[in-house]
Amino acid sequence: MTLFIILAVLTVVSSLLVIFQRNVVHSAVALVAALFFIAVLFLTLDAPMIGILQVLVYAGAIMVLFLFVIMLLNPAALEPRQIPWWTLGSAAALLLVFLLMPALLNTVAPRQAAPAGPGFGSPELLGQTLFGSFVLPFEIASVLLLVAIIGAVVLAKKES
Amino acid sequence: MMIDIGIIAAKAFLVLFMVLNLAGVLGWIERKGSALIQDRIGANRASIFGFAGMGLVNTLIADPIKFLTKEDFIPPKGDRFLHTLAPCLALFPALVTFAVIPFGDVLVVAGREIVLQVANVNIGILYIFAMASLSVYGIVIGAWASNNKFSLLGGVRGAAQMVSYEIAMGLSVLGVLMIFGTLELQEIVRAQGGLLGGWLPAWGIFLQPVAFLLFFTAAVAETKRIPFDLPEGESELVAGYHVEYSGAKFLMFFTGEFAEIVTAGALVTTLFFGGWQVPYLMRDGFHLPWGGTLLLPHLVVVLLQVGAFAVKVIFFCWVQILLRWTLPRFRYDQVMRLGWKMLLPVALLNVVVTAVWIVLGERASLRP
Repeated sequence: MTLFIILAVLTVVSSLLVIFQRNVVHSAVALVAALFFIAVLFLTLDAPMIGILQVLVYAGAIMVLFLFVIMLLNPAALEPRQIPWWTLGSAAALLLVFLLMPALLNTVAPRQAAPAGPGFGSPELLGQTLFGSFVLPFEIASVLLLVAIIGAVVLAKKES
Repeated sequence: MMIDIGIIAAKAFLVLFMVLNLAGVLGWIERKGSALIQDRIGANRASIFGFAGMGLVNTLIADPIKFLTKEDFIPPKGDRFLHTLAPCLALFPALVTFAVIPFGDVLVVAGREIVLQVANVNIGILYIFAMASLSVYGIVIGAWASNNKFSLLGGVRGAAQMVSYEIAMGLSVLGVLMIFGTLELQEIVRAQGGLLGGWLPAWGIFLQPVAFLLFFTAAVAETKRIPFDLPEGESELVAGYHVEYSGAKFLMFFTGEFAEIVTAGALVTTLFFGGWQVPYLMRDGFHLPWGGTLLLPHLVVVLLQVGAFAVKVIFFCWVQILLRWTLPRFRYDQVMRLGWKMLLPVALLNVVVTAVWIVLGERASLRP
């Protein structure tokens, strides 16, 4: 429980830093930290596979590309400008909170967590679930990624 | 309970101690080895009472003192916080990867079984890849925080190169994982204790020779050393991502690089050269395939295995140093072409061939 509180505080603080930093690179580094702490939260929840994949995919690959792009573009050019319609943005955020409120209030947290089944979180079980009951969504997701890759290649070709 | 914690702490200390010391000694081997290759004498300036010890005094005592007492320079227009954070980020992944690498079998002391591995997790190899993927940050953040064109170019090169070769590295290991059917490194090493055709040790190199070549190439690229040292490239970028680093922070980058060499050597040993396995050495002694047994006490067997692991790791560290002083540097487009257009397709093909081979093997064994 103490471990959870420490990790939760660290995650929330680093997520807040992502938003409130003026410097884009600082924000990106804070986001890496937030993702890393979420991965450790997964580890404490007996899901080492998900935790490690979180580090591998989000902290290790996607965020590196984020930083790569920030460094290639001039960060000074990305300085936050005074955006005229920030009021509109906050109104939209408030509306979203309003819409989500009933769902949040109606959710009753179970007092006793359901016990995890045998082999929970193991690579074997994860693989069998992915390629067993969820094989169709899994394949559709991979086709979606393929489409995105082809799209990126087509866009890059047009430039030259 | 206390004893268990004590044992884990002792194992963690032992592994860190060995890796850091081996990294330090590799610094000496690199200087003397390069001198040997280039027909020079190498480090021989520093001495204590006239004793230079083949340059050992120089690299193991004088150099660290020099690094630690030098001025720590932070570029005035750089980012103070990130400039300090980057060397830590570079050193951290290199040191923690060793936690899941087994350096011996089970040691039984007073009825207590001690697995010679710091942390036995069921996803060992994924943990290593996750930590390796984090090692990019030390370079990228250090390069950016220096506020220097050369270091920024080095950082961008480093990020692109490491992300590219990570993919080839992951795919090349996939074939090995399929053969042994586990992600646990201790299990992978145990599985390599068998014999092929009754005499050849069932090491990964004999089962997956293509994967070994791909993995070793990608691992050398991940350590960013010649022929893949584009992020540093002295002749183009002065010193690349660590051009604005001095003193202890530079020493941390340097130690991180050598610790990565040790980790790469240990991984190649674990996945492809039987880890701590000694050919024909079982738990109770040698059993030669052509008859003849030599029974040995438990402690001797364990010591032989740990020693075998150390010898193999040091051998692959030496191979990496040999590569660095033998090959010229690639051009950057050549590095990218090698990674994406050669290593990646071959690794994919290797996975497909391995899968077909395994399925055919299963069919053959299922036949009555």
